[in-house]
Amino acid sequence: MAIEAAEVKVIAHLARIGIEEEAVAGYARSLSEILGFVEQMSAVDTTGVEPLAHPLDATQRLRPDEVTEPDQRELYQAGAPAVEAGLYLVPRVVE
Amino acid sequence: MHRKTVAELAAALRAGEVSSRELTEALLQRIEQLDPQLNSLITVTREQALAAAERADARLQAGDGGPLTGVPLVHKDIFCTAGVTTTCGSRMLAEFVAPYDATVVERLAAAGAVMLGKANMDEFAMGSSNETSYFGPVRNPWDLDAVPGGSSGGSAAAVAACLVPAATATDTGGSIRQPAALTGVCGLKPTYGRVSRYGMIAFASSLDQGGPIARTAEDLALLLGAMAGFDSRDSTSVDRVVPEYTEGLNRSIKGLRVGVPTQFFGPGLADDVRSRIEAALEVLAGEGAELHEVELPNMELALPAYYVIAPAEASSNLARYDGVRYGHRCAEPQGLEDLYKRTRAEGFGEEVKRRVLVGTYALSAGYYDAYYRKAQQIRRLVAEDFQRVLERVDVIAGPTSPTPAFNIGERVDDPVQMYLSDIYTLAVNLAGLPGLSIPAGFSRGRPVGLQLIGGYFEEARLLNVAHKYQQVTDWHRQVPEGFE
Repeated sequence: MAIEAAEVKVIAHLARIGIEEEAVAGYARSLSEILGFVEQMSAVDTTGVEPLAHPLDATQRLRPDEVTEPDQRELYQAGAPAVEAGLYLVPRVVE
Repeated sequence: MHRKTVAELAAALRAGEVSSRELTEALLQRIEQLDPQLNSLITVTREQALAAAERADARLQAGDGGPLTGVPLVHKDIFCTAGVTTTCGSRMLAEFVAPYDATVVERLAAAGAVMLGKANMDEFAMGSSNETSYFGPVRNPWDLDAVPGGSSGGSAAAVAACLVPAATATDTGGSIRQPAALTGVCGLKPTYGRVSRYGMIAFASSLDQGGPIARTAEDLALLLGAMAGFDSRDSTSVDRVVPEYTEGLNRSIKGLRVGVPTQFFGPGLADDVRSRIEAALEVLAGEGAELHEVELPNMELALPAYYVIAPAEASSNLARYDGVRYGHRCAEPQGLEDLYKRTRAEGFGEEVKRRVLVGTYALSAGYYDAYYRKAQQIRRLVAEDFQRVLERVDVIAGPTSPTPAFNIGERVDDPVQMYLSDIYTLAVNLAGLPGLSIPAGFSRGRPVGLQLIGGYFEEARLLNVAHKYQQVTDWHRQVPEGFE
């Protein structure tokens, strides 16, 4: 499974990770190697095998739809890079 | 005093032979003196530790302490600690102060354990050598040129060097057991769901599990007893009674059926490790255990399946690091996309980026069935292999890692070679079973670990077998030169 440089750029965009132009070839190589290695899975016939998502095959536990968390906005926002008036600040999105 | 186990310290503290304050001061001094060689700790919490030690002493004097009251330990820096930096070994969280304690931290504090600091680790627990940490590699106390294993390399090295008697750790593909093996200490990965993941920074949520590292199986039992239990704040926590893990430690293992998988002794296993493990199995046989050759036919598929599932879940979990709510943010972002991309480019190290990219690719449109779904199907085959074997035997035994500790720098440029380090451990995470590693000798001065794997929620049995082994061997009592 060879990953081309153009594909690395698409994946990096999907993952929202900036990659320098000179690093693209290196990622193409290591991703190709890893995906080549996992390729051996395709040799196994898994027809009819139910995918295992949880080791104990448990499903999500439900709880009553009640408020259990107190408002701790100030505490949680104390570590934010930029806040104002209780809001998280980001660069302008809509012109 | 620093050579004593948790159980021995508990007795000394209760007998008033030493106070928690004295013990804490002595170990803090030892850390200051010796840790610069190892880099096992990212943060030392001196003031909080002394205050916690005094509270523990008050409890001990009032006679209401438990076995962990006043016992010092360190937490892997993946566990959130209120008011103390929790970095997860990453630049992304280098200055992150968690607003709350992880359940594991909370439970151990309630038991009276004294936190001395936060242990170094591979970045976001992604690594098998502790070389991906933003805070620099950890060195193996047995040989400072060697890695301690990973991702819980700091926890393992600190316990091996007798800086602390115990540490918390986490295991997604071997991150408790492999570093325990490579540094000559004991590490237990419990059954998935046994220990709460609340406040434990997520890597691959269907595989992640917290557990203890210590110098004896008895200590693992004491620690697990405090760490385990239902937690409504973790949706995968299992509501099941926590047994008294120390109770069955001395039970005879006469007639115990031990399965030895041929797949654990194939090519790739170092000769020295093979001979040490064979000798360890003979010790178990000498205690009356029956050895049975068993087969785990899908074993070799565990590695590729793991390296799809773990990165896929990681790519999803790590999407939260966006430079908006907490953690690193790039300077002067030009728009939201630039904010995300530069924040993540600067905040994540190479291995984390590599895995996020692999995971993103595996989950992207058109590839999901070929990778993630396929890997989950193989995951079931691997889990079923274990189930079949565990119908015939009580425990499975083999090496923890195919080689002893390798040198720092030796495998950093070859990710697939690095991944092979976890070949015997990660299938256990795919199946969700409990597994532990205990010291079983040395290969040219570097420790070798014996891995024991049990059925779901059979931690007590694993601890029993490990304890019996430690009653007739003294590998676990060896201390590296320079750290006596």
